[in-house]
Amino acid sequence: MATAMLMLLDDMNVCSLEELIDVSGLTDAEVALLVDSGVLLPVDAEASTLVFHLRYIVVAKTARRLRDDFELDGHGLALALTLLRRLREAEADLAAVHAQSGNPHPDLVGPPGATLK
Amino acid sequence: MKYKDYYLALGVARDASQADIKKAYRKLAHQYHPDISKDPDGEEKFKVVAEAYKTLKDPDTRKEYDDLGMQRANETFTPPPEWQQQYGAGAGAFDDVDLSDLLRAFRQGDGAGRQGPRAARPVAGEDYEVAVNVTLEQIHAGSETDVRVELPEYDANGLPHRAMRTYRITIPRSAVDGQKLRLGGKGGPGRHGAAAGDLYVVLRLAPHPRFRVSGRDLYLDLPLAPWEAVLGTTVEISTLGGKVALDIKPFTMAGQKLRLGKRGLPAASESSGDLYAVVQIVVPAAASDAMKALYQQLAEQSGFDPRKPLEAKDK
Repeated sequence: MATAMLMLLDDMNVCSLEELIDVSGLTDAEVALLVDSGVLLPVDAEASTLVFHLRYIVVAKTARRLRDDFELDGHGLALALTLLRRLREAEADLAAVHAQSGNPHPDLVGPPGATLK
Repeated sequence: MKYKDYYLALGVARDASQADIKKAYRKLAHQYHPDISKDPDGEEKFKVVAEAYKTLKDPDTRKEYDDLGMQRANETFTPPPEWQQQYGAGAGAFDDVDLSDLLRAFRQGDGAGRQGPRAARPVAGEDYEVAVNVTLEQIHAGSETDVRVELPEYDANGLPHRAMRTYRITIPRSAVDGQKLRLGGKGGPGRHGAAAGDLYVVLRLAPHPRFRVSGRDLYLDLPLAPWEAVLGTTVEISTLGGKVALDIKPFTMAGQKLRLGKRGLPAASESSGDLYAVVQIVVPAAASDAMKALYQQLAEQSGFDPRKPLEAKDK
């Protein structure tokens, strides 16, 4: 059984811009456009050397896949990724509502219709 | 070697134009692409479609594929003698070879195909992604789990074979549903000195019989009898960290959420999500005569009208 160095792609650890480009397979220009459009958010946009939370590796790799599979240009990528993010947020909100509202207890589910008097 | 019918996968005729092939691919990609599809089998279907398109979109690779002749999908066929010569291998060496891996190797300049040898150049290994089902208990405990994935590897002659690899990973305690982990250099092998690809592991949280998940918070339903809700009680509930006693205050309402701090999923920092017990008030399905009498007595003595707020709104 092999062991491997595991990297958790989350909001705790960071990677450099160069590593993001290298791992994702996007070009410098594509990454720059995604940063400008707010799809990839550096930890500190004012810093001289940009670093990103590791979860942006997932976003950048999704961008590369969409670029390759749908032949999207940079602006198409930014639009698709923004819409995907909004979709994921809406799904998370919906999941939260389902989780919080609870499952109806079997005994709380009444007969299919009440009798009118 | 098993034959794959790429034209069938894309739903086009063998004499389809390049434009028709692209159109068919686009249509299927919109339907099954893993980043947008809700089809549970979408990812597998898209792999087949993408593999077919990768082969047929390139006229050279398409010709090499067409030259294999028409076979039935999944039928075993003997690779052409040129391939056997190229790889210095008999027909049997192709038994566990994936046609798409082989065509990819040709594209990357490793094979002769019908065009004569091409210059070998460094080719980075492909990235692979594999989903692993995990339970809430595994995340909470930070358990280990095995990741099994089938990846190509090349023999001494450059012939790509598929091999099953297993990696044991520790599930991070801060993981959430859909969490991705990267195993650097554990994807497809690089060729001619290039680096190997990465393996991405996606953790898929299996539905839990008791808990519902919202981010790092957990929710469970807590059924109470009417008298428990009115009088208050102490109930024992199961959490991921073990059983705890929960005090129910008198006059607890249905739908009320009782919070147990830091009993949810752990975060990467010191903090944790919370566990919420959602109160449900459940009445018995049947009652003895004695119980009915007590309820009757209660009804006569109580001035409580739960519909009074509705009447106030109607006015």
